[in-house]
Amino acid sequence: MLEFNNVSKWFNGAQGKVTALKGISFSVRPGELLAVRGPSGCGKTTLLLTAGGLLRPSDGQMCIDGRDPYALSPEMRSRLRARTIGFVFQQFHLIPYLTVRQNIMTASLAVPLKEASERTQKLISRFGLDDRADHVPARLSTGERQRTALARALLNEPKVIMADEPTGNLDEDNAQTVFRYLSQYVSDGGCVLLVTHDDRAAAHATRSLQMNRGQLVQ
Amino acid sequence: MTIWNLLIREILHRKMNFALAVLSVMVASGSLIGSVTLLRIHDIHTGRLLEQKQADLEQRMARLQDDTRKAMLKLGFNIVILPKDQNLGDWYSDDYASKYMPEEYVHKLADSGIVTVRHFLPSLQQKIEWPEYKRKIILVGARGEVPNLHKNPVKPMVQPVPPGTISLGYELHRSLEMKVGDTVELMGRKFTVHACHEERGNKDDITAWIYLTEAQELLDKKGKINAILALECLCTTDALPKIRQEIAGILADTQVIERGSRAIARAEARTQVEEQARVAIEKEIIAREDLRTVRERLASILTPVVVTACAVWIAILGFTNVRARREEIGILRAIGVRSRDVMVMFVSRHVLLGVLGGALGFVAGVLAAVYFGAAHEGTQIRMIDMDLSWPGLILASVGGAAALAVIAGWIPTMIAARQDPADVLRNDN
Repeated sequence: MLEFNNVSKWFNGAQGKVTALKGISFSVRPGELLAVRGPSGCGKTTLLLTAGGLLRPSDGQMCIDGRDPYALSPEMRSRLRARTIGFVFQQFHLIPYLTVRQNIMTASLAVPLKEASERTQKLISRFGLDDRADHVPARLSTGERQRTALARALLNEPKVIMADEPTGNLDEDNAQTVFRYLSQYVSDGGCVLLVTHDDRAAAHATRSLQMNRGQLVQ
Repeated sequence: MTIWNLLIREILHRKMNFALAVLSVMVASGSLIGSVTLLRIHDIHTGRLLEQKQADLEQRMARLQDDTRKAMLKLGFNIVILPKDQNLGDWYSDDYASKYMPEEYVHKLADSGIVTVRHFLPSLQQKIEWPEYKRKIILVGARGEVPNLHKNPVKPMVQPVPPGTISLGYELHRSLEMKVGDTVELMGRKFTVHACHEERGNKDDITAWIYLTEAQELLDKKGKINAILALECLCTTDALPKIRQEIAGILADTQVIERGSRAIARAEARTQVEEQARVAIEKEIIAREDLRTVRERLASILTPVVVTACAVWIAILGFTNVRARREEIGILRAIGVRSRDVMVMFVSRHVLLGVLGGALGFVAGVLAAVYFGAAHEGTQIRMIDMDLSWPGLILASVGGAAALAVIAGWIPTMIAARQDPADVLRNDN
């Protein structure tokens, strides 16, 4: 489903060249939850953004569902992202003036769905957000916000979820809830790329990789 | 969920930013519409002022003309047409002509379409001795005015003496103790006194007026007259050569004498007044044109400055809006919303605020211009007076405002559309 082949990424800044990824190679198959762990600043987020078609590698190649997103036009790449990838972030990134229901449905802006409302309601019920469906993010707890973000990521039934520190702002119970949902998603045939420094992730991961200073270490 | 839903909800969430942008467009649009309306109000007021002045002038001239006519009546006719062979020395000394011409000459004149003279009065005058009273009198035969058929009818200046009647000068009726209604005999014919005139201090006081045909019979001058009295249309001394030329063209064997200098002076005074009034009107026109030029120049400087300032403010608000929505744009792009859709969202936002601001600006601009402009001019102006193409103006205002908002917000829109979601999301942690 997701394949990295000797991918490197560096940035040219005022302080000179900064290498964020160095020769990264791995793959994730359907039904797998791959946890990439490492300390802050090791390149986990860069790896996730590269995998998500948002950051072009400086070297190497990657594929999602058999296609190199960086070989596509920006418009096609957006479409690929919309149909294939769901994102979940540590800061949730919910739109502050939309309700839970509307935030989930923003995923349908990219992929118009006739059944978007129906799917949204199912996700709201599945993630226990029925009482909060018409509330804006400011009125939600952190756990509810992350569940909303997760529901948004799942609206288009993507083939891969890319989660960047999804439990970073959550307490134990909420973190376990998120891991449970991700595991359920994997059981249903999806695959998850989870970048985290949370050790609790290992218990739910099919595989774990360790990352340090832009490289995978064993 | 659609881009439009997102747009409306964002506007409701960030009302202040949107309201300030609408206000800015309103000011820009209002200043432009206000300028156009103010200039129109200026034109309307100018038209009214000049109309009023013109009406006042015409009224004044009509009054003056009437006064002049009345003065002329008292002063008498100012053109005398005499037979060409009349010795003027004799005429001046006797005060009547000794040569004669056919009465039909007056009809010829009246029918000719002559424009320089009007009010034709044929007369037959002769100094006689009133045999019944052994008095020397001037006998005048007159039959009233012959109308100038080619001009609009005017009030006759001289009341005719009806047949069988006689009008007496002051000295005659006073010394002979006659009054209106008395019967007198003149050269064996009886006449009823028709009028007894007041003292005039000239030969009219010893003059008797009878009907022309009767005078012709008494003096044995059937079908003859010895003078045609006429009134000039153009009462200036400059007209005399033209009058002479025109009459010579119609009545070749006559000569023209002008008299009544006081009448001419009055007429010239009237012309001068008319001329002064016209000069005053022209000065008013020039003054109003100068004022309009100043106002136009002011508008041509101020309006672009205001519009530019408003555009800058719209751009600043646009940047602020994009900055506030950086995270939102990042996640939308991450979940697959295209750069083009982000651009459409922001352009639509600017179109909306432009349309709203343009509509409000149009109303504000017109109302302010009508209220302040009319107050400044000291007049009342209704919308309907302005004779502007309102639908076209509204469209131009709204369309122009939308264009201004889109252009002013273009750079922030491009920044939003080209924002790299990775930049936002990478800095997340």
